[in-house]
Order: sequence, then C-alpha cells, then structure tokens
Amino acid sequence: MKEFRLPDPGEGLVEADIVRWVVSEGDEVKVNDILVEIETAKSIVELPSPWAGRIARLIADEGATVEVGAPIVLIDDGVDAPAEPTTLVVQTQPVVETQPVFEPEPVVELVETQPVVAEASTGSASESEAFLVGYGVKSAPLARRPRKNAAGIGKPIGPVTDQVQDSYAADQPVSRPIDQSTTTGPISAEASGEPLPRPGQAPRSASASKRALAKPPVRRLARDLGLDLDAVDATGAHGTITADDVIAAAVAARGGETRLSRRASERVPLKGVRREMARTMAESFKVPTATVMMQTDVTASMQLVERLKNRREFAGLRVSPLLIFAKAACLAIARNPDLNSTLDMGASEIVRNENVNLGIAAATPRGLMVPNIKGANRMNLLQLAEALHNMVQVAKTGKVPTEDLTKGTFTITNVGVFGVDGGTPILNLGESAIMCLGTIARRPWVVGKGADEQIVIRSVCTLSLTFDHRLVDGELASRFLSDVAAILADPGLAMMF
Amino acid sequence: MSDPVVDDFVQLLTPEGERVQHPDFAFGGSDEQVAGYLRDMVLARRFDNEATALQRKGELGLWPPALGQEAAQVGSVNATRLPDHVFPSYREHAVALHLGVDAVEMLTTFRGTAMVPWKSAERGLHIYSFVIGTQTLHAVGYAMGMQRDGLVGNPDPDANGAAIVYFGDGATSQGDVNEAFIFAASYTAPVVFFCQNNQYAISEPIALQSKIPLYRRASGFGFPGIRVDGNDVLAVQAVTSWALQRARQGEGPTLIEAYTYRMGAHTTSDDPTKYRSRDETDRWRARDPISRAQAYLLASGAIDQAWLDSLEAESEQLAVRVREGCVALREPQLEEFFEHVVIDPPEILLEQRDDYLEYEAGFDHPSVPDAEAAHSQSQAQGAF
Repeated sequence: MKEFRLPDPGEGLVEADIVRWVVSEGDEVKVNDILVEIETAKSIVELPSPWAGRIARLIADEGATVEVGAPIVLIDDGVDAPAEPTTLVVQTQPVVETQPVFEPEPVVELVETQPVVAEASTGSASESEAFLVGYGVKSAPLARRPRKNAAGIGKPIGPVTDQVQDSYAADQPVSRPIDQSTTTGPISAEASGEPLPRPGQAPRSASASKRALAKPPVRRLARDLGLDLDAVDATGAHGTITADDVIAAAVAARGGETRLSRRASERVPLKGVRREMARTMAESFKVPTATVMMQTDVTASMQLVERLKNRREFAGLRVSPLLIFAKAACLAIARNPDLNSTLDMGASEIVRNENVNLGIAAATPRGLMVPNIKGANRMNLLQLAEALHNMVQVAKTGKVPTEDLTKGTFTITNVGVFGVDGGTPILNLGESAIMCLGTIARRPWVVGKGADEQIVIRSVCTLSLTFDHRLVDGELASRFLSDVAAILADPGLAMMF
Repeated sequence: MSDPVVDDFVQLLTPEGERVQHPDFAFGGSDEQVAGYLRDMVLARRFDNEATALQRKGELGLWPPALGQEAAQVGSVNATRLPDHVFPSYREHAVALHLGVDAVEMLTTFRGTAMVPWKSAERGLHIYSFVIGTQTLHAVGYAMGMQRDGLVGNPDPDANGAAIVYFGDGATSQGDVNEAFIFAASYTAPVVFFCQNNQYAISEPIALQSKIPLYRRASGFGFPGIRVDGNDVLAVQAVTSWALQRARQGEGPTLIEAYTYRMGAHTTSDDPTKYRSRDETDRWRARDPISRAQAYLLASGAIDQAWLDSLEAESEQLAVRVREGCVALREPQLEEFFEHVVIDPPEILLEQRDDYLEYEAGFDHPSVPDAEAAHSQSQAQGAF
C-alpha cells in the first residue's frame, strides 16, 4: 500500500485545491497515469501516479484545499505491506486536522481495516521523503537535533561566543518551510533602572535623522531662499513639503516681507575655462603692474584697412583694424624687446624671447581664452591676416587647441569691440605686457599748428598698456606705446621700423 | 496569437514526411543516420516526459520540458564532433543525452543532489546555464580561445573546431546575447549561435520582442543569419553542419534561428494554457518533429513496425531506469561541499571544513540508525 502525498507542483507553494479526481476507488492505474487535477496559486496541473496498482482510497475530496505534504490517495500496489496507519500521519501533522481534508470516521476505519504494519516496511516510503527536494512532504516538523555537548565543541567559548551561539539557538531550524511558524509567547520582563523621561517636543534639528520630504525643485527653491527644509512645516501629501510651504516659511522668516526674489542669487559651478581664468588672473595679479594710456588718431589706419579689403590677396580674409594694431605692436616690440620678455625670478634672469607669440584675448562660447599666433613678428601683413582669420574661426567654436593657448609672449585685448574707451587689463600669466585697444570712435581732433590749428573729425582710439613693473619701467612702456601710436597715425612710418 | 506565415525557412522534410529540395541546402546523410536521429528524439522525449512526471510526483524541484523541440536539438547536435564545444542553456536535454550524459545523472541538478553531473572538457559540453543568455558570452570567449589555440582554419579539416551555443528567443532580448554577437563578429569567432525560437519567452510571444524575424538581426551585427524549420531534423542538421563548417574554417559566426514550438510549459511552475490557445497548440502538434521523421522512414522502408516496437521497449526501459534512478540518487555529503572548488585547497579552507564537520558531528543522531537501515533497504529493493 502506498500513500501519495501532495507534492509542490510549483516552486514554493504550500497548498493546492483538488479540482477533479480522474480515477475512482477501485480503478487500476499504471505508472504515470493521471490521478487528479489540482489547482495551485499558479496553475492547474495533473498529477501522475508514481506507482502501478489499485486505487484503495481517495483521501481528499474534490474542492478541498490540501496542504503540500498531506496524503491525498492510497494506492494498493500489491508489493509492500500496507502503509502504517494514517492516523499516525494525522497525529504528526496537527495542522491538517484543522482542514476538512480527512474525514475522521474513515481514518478510524482505516486503522481497523488495515492490518498493522511492519516498521521496516514503511521505511522505504518515509526514507524517500528524505530525498524530496525541499518541499513540505516531510511528515514531521523539522527540528534541529539537540547538541550532544554544547560546551564541548570546537574552540573555547567565551561570553561573546555564547551570545553568538545563542543567537543561532538550535531549537528552531535556521531554514524551514514557510508555513512552519512559531507562535511567540508573552514575554515577562520587569523594568529596570529609572524610567525614561516622558517624550516632549523634540527639537526639529534633533529629529533630522529623517530627511525632510520634498521634490527637487522645492529643495532648490528653499536653497535659493536660504531656508533649511527641516525648519519648514509640511502640508503636502504624505508629509511632503510643497513650494507654497517654502514660500510661506520664507515670508514668515522675513517678517512678512512678501516680495521674495525666488532667486536671490544663482550658484553656478566654476569650471572649465572660467575656472582657469579665475586661477590665472589671481596668480597674475600678484605681479606689480602699472598702466600707461594714450589717445591716438587712427584715421589713416582705417583708410589702410579699407584699401587692404579691396586687394585681391586679402580676398576672403577678415581684415580689421586689429590686423594693423597687431602688426604695429610687433614692429614696436622689435624696438623695445623687453616688452616681449619673461622674468625668471628663480634664476634672477630676464628671458628675452626671440619670437613674438602674439596672444589675442578672445571671448569664446566657453569664456575668455587667449590663443596666440606663434612667431607673429616673422609674418608679413598677409600672413598675419591669415593667421588672425584662422584664429577667429577657431575661437568662435571655443575649441582652441592647447598648443595655441600656451607659450604666449605678448597679448592684445580688444575691448573696443564692446564699445568701451579703454581699460587696465591684467597680464596674461607669465608675460610682461598687455596692450588694450579701446573703441575706435569718430571724435573732434585738433590738427595743424599755430594759425592753421583746427578741429576736425577723426577716428580716434585709446590705447593702454599694462606692464610688469619689475621688468619694464614707465619710460620703456611709454616709448613702446608711442611707437604703436605713431604707426597707427601714419602707417607709412612702419617703413622706418 | 495568429499563426505566423513562415515561408522563408529552410525545410527538407515536410510535416507529412516528404523529402523536398532546397536550392542551397541538402541533407547528405543516409536513412540509417535519420533512423539514428529518430531514436535520439524518441528517447529524449520519453526521458523528458518522465522527468516532468517525476516533478509532479514531488521528486524534482523543477523541470523545463523540451517537448516539441527534439528535432532542433537532435539535428544540431548531430552536426557537432570533437573538438567542437557545446554550450547549452537549461533545456537542451536531447543535446546532453546525445553527448553521453547519463539520463539519471541529468536529474541531479533538478533534484538538488549535485550541481553539474558531467565534466565539460570530457564531453565537449559546457554546464547548463540558468542565467538567460549568459552562455553566449561563454561560447564566444571559448571560441576566441580556440582561435588562439590554433583550432581554426587549418588545412586539415579534422583538426578544426568550433563552439555552438544554444539559447532561446527570449534570450535574444538580453544584453549578453547582443554583446556576444558583437564580439563574435569583431573577432570572426568560430561560433554558431543556435537560437531555438520556441515562440515564447515564458509567456511573452516573440512578436512582442522582435519587429523583424530573429535571424535577420544577424545582418546588423555583420554575419549571416538563417532560419530553418526547427521541427525538421534533416534541415536542422544540414544548416548546422554548414554553419559549423564555416566557423571551423575561420569564416566567423552564424546565427541559426530554428523555428519551433515548445509544446509543454516553460517549466513545471508555469501554466501555458493561460497565455496561448488550444488551436495554436494543435496547429503545431500537426508539425511534430518525431512523427514526420517516422513517416518518412516508414515510407522509405528504412524502418518497420518491429523497429519501432523495439524502440518503444527501449524507451520504456529508459523510463523505468530514470524513475528508479531518480529516487535512488545519492544525497550529497557535507564534506563534498568543499570539493571541486580549488585543486589544492589552502590550509585555512581545510581547517574550516574540519571545524564544520566536527560541529555537525556534535549533534545527537537518535534517528540515524533507523533511517540508515531503511535507506539501505529501499536501495536494495530498488523501488520506491
């Protein structure tokens, strides 16, 4: 006689409903003949017979809910002695008794009608359960075997080890089927020591272990308004802080001032080119500098620009007054080479640079950059125009190659394009001078001498030169600026340089 | 789901069991070989059904049935030979049986008594991979290793090898599989991607996962893809032979989409009636891989009813052996957990093992003598 117990047909299921018995009592079945359809939480499945034999008894009724591991059918396979009384199973599975799976009366009948049971012969059935794959087919609750001698095992056991051992106390298995739970009993314990103080109103900051709930834009608003979110009363759903809460708190904090600027200030990360500017300018400002200025009539240079624009050689090139200024600066540097020098304080030497690597301060999409034209002093006007043209094209994209940004020796900054008259720039780090061009404007200008003196309208520009006063003195700076101005006023004089 | 119209696949044997010609592919084997395939398929199906039943009896934790996919597996694995290396997913039971894995041993993983019962290197068969698609990366890596070992593109064709990796239609949605495609293409790895499109990723129909036929994805990765009637063992064998030959010769990867159908559940935990219609299942039943091979062989006279009866008897023997062997599978011993991890275990690991064994031995075993007696008796009876 074999007892077929409900297996777990899914993964980790604990019970199933008997949908339909395919066999009836007395039927002969072969191995793998379908016995019954059951329905689990996942699916309807058919259970095949593990044995050949005659259906002795259908234990579970159609429609009943059966625990995994409970017997559902007895099959007389004619081989083994009859199974041990099912009463024994019921006794070892008290939980089954609460389910209407067994009829008590037939159980009794079974005990009476089935002859008893050689202990050894039941072994094959119950032993096979030991092999079952971890589902609830075991007939008795799993319990950890008692230790032979808890203190005698392994390493010496100290107080800490004892606690750890206790936490693994083996009266309950570490792993057990999900339906095996232990009822917790009442705990009798007495208070010890002074009672804790009654809870009062905890300070908000002290309770800040739980972060205030607010959406990112609200957090941003609070930050912009300078508010600590933990100090804001929440009225939103689920205790969240809304934008209105933040504004209300801000109004309260400012004594009812309702004209709040939601963005008192905006904080933008300082990075990239702008961060580099901050660093180099701060560093450069450690150098003692002075500035000289000069207004000059650049009308002739403007006429020269117009003539050059119409020349075939300059077709397609960007010809601007800056070209003439740059060329003039190169020519003036040739006469005043200290302006194209670097001070090496560590070696107490002046490094006089052979080439003029002419930097042009450029406002690019990424911020201020100073690309330089290598060897600008060796270029003729056309070459210089081409170099400037290319530089402007590259600078517009903001993708200036690193090599263009290093080893500059002299810089021109043309703030005049923004309409200002002039300024006192800060040295490009490591250089000795920087020339600043103001805007070129039509202005009244005194020409002629003596009785011929008259006011005419000329194109006038303010030049300034900021220089490293450790290396360059006022006289040299003034001479240089005068040379530049002379060329701009009368470009023909360049032939003298 | 409507029945997809499939007319662009390689078919050499119709569902009625008639041989048909294909312009590019032909089956070069004899009817005796086809009879061998039929035997492989019948035994694999019987084994598979028995394992499914064992799960229903509570003897296996889980079983992924291969019912309906026998031709795809038997046809392709019959195109392999050493030093080819085969990378299965978890459903390639017919592949494993053909490569000599014992049917009872196959169950150990699903009964939880051992991890993988075969040694990969000996069988040319990698371990079952339960993580979806991960084995495609293993296969490509192995194939790249074969390149470096000089097992590809030799003048002597017998000296060459390739990797073949099995995966399903659902796996093609995994990143791993797509990464494997890219690596295989970039390195011209000798690997055959054998996708058994059984139409469902558990309950998700393939049409929801791919807007184009799966085999056409290969062109985007830069290697050929081909669709074959996965229920036609001859076509599968012919196409797989061609793809493996390409790989062995150093011509790179191929994607084979074996168009087939999982007649059973995804696994025994799943109820396919909830996501597909009986009509659909019936249509596919008419394309059964075994019945068409059997019809062809009977018509050609290569086999007769006696042959089939003998095969049925062999299947029955296999089923009995699997049933009885399953429940008699040896329970793993505690100390074995420490084996097969490191070749030369470090001292600390040995100490841990000894400590743990000593700890376990420290418990009373009141029930052990009885249980042992009962156990040996049940083994002696050989029955459950």
